[in-house]
Amino acid sequence: MDVTFVNAFVGSILNVFKTMMSVEVKVGKPLLKQAELVTAEVSGIIGLSGEVQGSVILSFDMPVACAVASAFAGADMNPDSADFTDAIGELANMVAGNAKKDFHGYEASISLPSVIIGKGHRVSQSKVSPFLVIPCETKLGKFNVEVALITAKVPAAAGA
Amino acid sequence: MKILLVDDSRTIRNIQKNTLKTLNLTDVTEAADGLEALSCLANQRPDLMLVDWNMPNMDGITLIKKVRETDKTLPIIMVTTEAEKSRVLEAVKAGVNNYVVKPFTAETLSEKIQQTMAKCGAAAPTT
Repeated sequence: MDVTFVNAFVGSILNVFKTMMSVEVKVGKPLLKQAELVTAEVSGIIGLSGEVQGSVILSFDMPVACAVASAFAGADMNPDSADFTDAIGELANMVAGNAKKDFHGYEASISLPSVIIGKGHRVSQSKVSPFLVIPCETKLGKFNVEVALITAKVPAAAGA
Repeated sequence: MKILLVDDSRTIRNIQKNTLKTLNLTDVTEAADGLEALSCLANQRPDLMLVDWNMPNMDGITLIKKVRETDKTLPIIMVTTEAEKSRVLEAVKAGVNNYVVKPFTAETLSEKIQQTMAKCGAAAPTT
């Protein structure tokens, strides 16, 4: 995967958490996700289409998901809260939307968010590169941003 | 002053409502997509509309184009994750008066609302 996309997501994660929650994120070294690795308990998923195709997953353990959703919404949230999935989905939407502005030379569209809750669930996709996992650490807990993208064109020249 | 908030995320609508409250703007109607917004507009014309771009059923850009077919002056602010220059230009061409990129701070949203109301000749809200 092009390092431009990884950098775009790292920048976006920092920006979204700082702006919406006043939370600093320490981003670890991205690593390739092993196929047998099970995801966390809550996944916020956004699909990308156009000249960049694939998906982005914000992947949390439940206590971290609750803490992040609460900080994001400015109200206490638990998995039974009416807006819990809405908050996680909107957070994924912001991270993906904010990242794609830095896909220099590539036009992409994002899907509406989906949220999956359940211990041991996996998110898989065909025809796309393996997921690259960006580990993130905050005062609210640790989570991962998983990115699997391919490009569907040669990028336009810079400044074009 | 009547505000119409159009966003498929209730979390975002709540965040926006909290900002509006700091400006003493509490007469707020909510819509979860463009179609719901058109129904609201058929009942009552707001003084300001905040619109998301990506929504189910009818997206924000389609909504704005439809509104501008009959109403050229309603102040509209687009509040969206779509941050590319080409998208901003598309929104301006469709008729938005201002543009806020998500993520946003309460201060940024508040400033854009006041700026838009002043620009559109309406009484700017007070803090």
